[in-house]
Amino acid sequence: MYRYDTLDREILADRSAEFRDQVRRRLAGEITEDQFKPLRLMNGLYLQLHAYMLRVAIPYGTLNSRQLRKLAEIGRTYDKGYGHFTTRTNLQFHWIKLEDTPDILDALATVDMHAIQTSGNCIRNVTADPYAGATADEIDDPRVWSEAIRQWSSLHPEFSFLPRKFKIAITAAPKDRTAARVHDIGLMARRGREGELGFEVIVGGGMGRTPIVGPTVQEFLPAHRLFSYLEAVLRVYNRHGRRDNIYKARIKILVQALGVDEFARQVDEEWASIGRDGDLPDAEIARIRAAFAPKTFETLPRESLGFNEAKAQDQAFARFVRNNLKPHKRQGYTIVDISLKGIGETPGDASSEQMEVVADLAERFGQDDIRVTHEQNLVLPHVRLDDAHEVFLGLAKVGLATPNINLVSDIIACPGLDYCALANARAIIVAQDIARRFENQDRAEDIGELKIKISGCINACGHHHVGHIGILGVDKKGEEFYQLTLGGSGAEDAAIGKILGPALPIDKVTDAIDRLVNVYLQERQVNERFLDTLRRTGDAPFKEAVYGDAH
Amino acid sequence: MAMLIKAEGGGFHAEMDDFQSVVDDQPIPDGKLILSLKRFETDGEVLLAQGRAVGVRIEPDEAVEDLTPFLPRLAVVALSLPKFRDGRAFSSAHILRTRLGYTGQVRAVGEVLREQAGMMARCGFDAFEPSDGSSPEAWAKVVNRHRHVYQSAADHHVPAFARRLGG
Repeated sequence: MYRYDTLDREILADRSAEFRDQVRRRLAGEITEDQFKPLRLMNGLYLQLHAYMLRVAIPYGTLNSRQLRKLAEIGRTYDKGYGHFTTRTNLQFHWIKLEDTPDILDALATVDMHAIQTSGNCIRNVTADPYAGATADEIDDPRVWSEAIRQWSSLHPEFSFLPRKFKIAITAAPKDRTAARVHDIGLMARRGREGELGFEVIVGGGMGRTPIVGPTVQEFLPAHRLFSYLEAVLRVYNRHGRRDNIYKARIKILVQALGVDEFARQVDEEWASIGRDGDLPDAEIARIRAAFAPKTFETLPRESLGFNEAKAQDQAFARFVRNNLKPHKRQGYTIVDISLKGIGETPGDASSEQMEVVADLAERFGQDDIRVTHEQNLVLPHVRLDDAHEVFLGLAKVGLATPNINLVSDIIACPGLDYCALANARAIIVAQDIARRFENQDRAEDIGELKIKISGCINACGHHHVGHIGILGVDKKGEEFYQLTLGGSGAEDAAIGKILGPALPIDKVTDAIDRLVNVYLQERQVNERFLDTLRRTGDAPFKEAVYGDAH
Repeated sequence: MAMLIKAEGGGFHAEMDDFQSVVDDQPIPDGKLILSLKRFETDGEVLLAQGRAVGVRIEPDEAVEDLTPFLPRLAVVALSLPKFRDGRAFSSAHILRTRLGYTGQVRAVGEVLREQAGMMARCGFDAFEPSDGSSPEAWAKVVNRHRHVYQSAADHHVPAFARRLGG
């Protein structure tokens, strides 16, 4: 993975010193909370319902064991012994004291980490494919471009006061694990006719109040022109995006208002003016690329006897293998998904002890590489099949071997009303209740891939719009109600879910999910996922199952 | 007259501003002037022909490109930040310096806060009407706090990628 050089470290040190000074001035009463707010937000520090929340950046979801151990230590020292992994692949500490934050940022800096641009109207953490460098189906390593974007966008002098936050996702595999089409910019690597590298550029997707699957504005942008093009998009947005209404300020609204063609024309005009001055030199891309050079993989047989034997003898392991292991590009290796969706647990939460165990396993068996997914799970991308059983046993000891990746209980949920000042309703308790209902693992496997996503308010941090089943918490005269949407997808077949019917009270939600699942089980044809069946039948039978009693 | 913080020779100093900002319906006073774009469009040519020192104030929704034919004769382009969060002036300054080659004063007016000083300087601002009462020393401290930068901008900082290549 990328290692900070002296320049990177000094940039971070200067930023930490700056924030320490700003906190000192706030604590000394030299600046008011109003004046301090934009400063702390630029450093990922939110004031929430009960305490300060610090959001630590995990650039493109990549960590080494030292970094994860440091997060564990911070969780233990300054929080309540855990952290929460988010859908932007960041980590939030929810119980932070303001006066501790400079020390926390210094602690993070010792492992080349920070909280820069995890909030505010700036370019946020880039999302990349969590299987980067490990999956056979990618045509380039998206981390190379993610790291270059991280540097380009950090403390950007012109684009730090945008109309609204700005999120970029990048994937280089046909299977999209980043939800690229619902980002402000989605970059999908493509090969041109001569084999040259480029990107399909999608601009103006998003969720929130106005969910949109983003349109393609460039079918093939040559990779070496990426940064001048990003500059052009950001400049058009910075100058012309709406600033009069926070809910109309994302770039998707500008793209829709202008029309895709006119937006693309304005970007092209700006791009032509910028010219090649805006591009990164090839040598810098090459330098970054070298940092992601493939690890030394051993030449291993396709089959591992130990692995096969463990699978035959240990049924729990066999189930884990079926659901949590993914094919690696090298034979004899596997990708191990670690679910942070233990039944009855809070989606995305990990205790300090759990983080330390994952760090140890990554160091011993996983080439010191850990990924965070936007679905709030962790990944060990390079594990030898020979070691998979031991990794499984190590995970199981701390409750991290839940075999439910992509299954009904692998639910995304935002923190909701339990933590968040914006929320209308709780999300975690809904996720926990659904997970308990589908606790039977045979049944969950029989149901197969089913993505449930829950947001506690219309801001859609829980990505409910792209859930196969989406659940949105709404407030009705002080009571929590939940609106169901069906048919969304954040993958390569991206779609926004359709509202099924009137919102349900909290005690009817899990029953409704159960009914939806039963309709699928009755209606499905061979090899159909829930989403496929729904797309074939339409939502009528599903609607009838949930609301049929009412008429 | 208000205090102005000006960049000069790598440092910052304060001086009394000798430009007057003219309200649109006010008669044109003597001395150095800063006009709105609208007022400049009616009175600018005449004033420039008289050899007067003239500046133009650009609001965030106005395009600095509209000044292109006049730029060589303009003493000041004042970019307005009605709120510090309104980042359009940053793009305007960048375009003035890089694309339009403007070498006169680019001034930040409105809600102009010390915490933005470094980024403003990088975008090409060289004069500031601070709204937070900052001293030139405090201003300089913020601007010089960061030893390195990651991107090319309108200033003379060598970005990290170029330094790494031995730039």
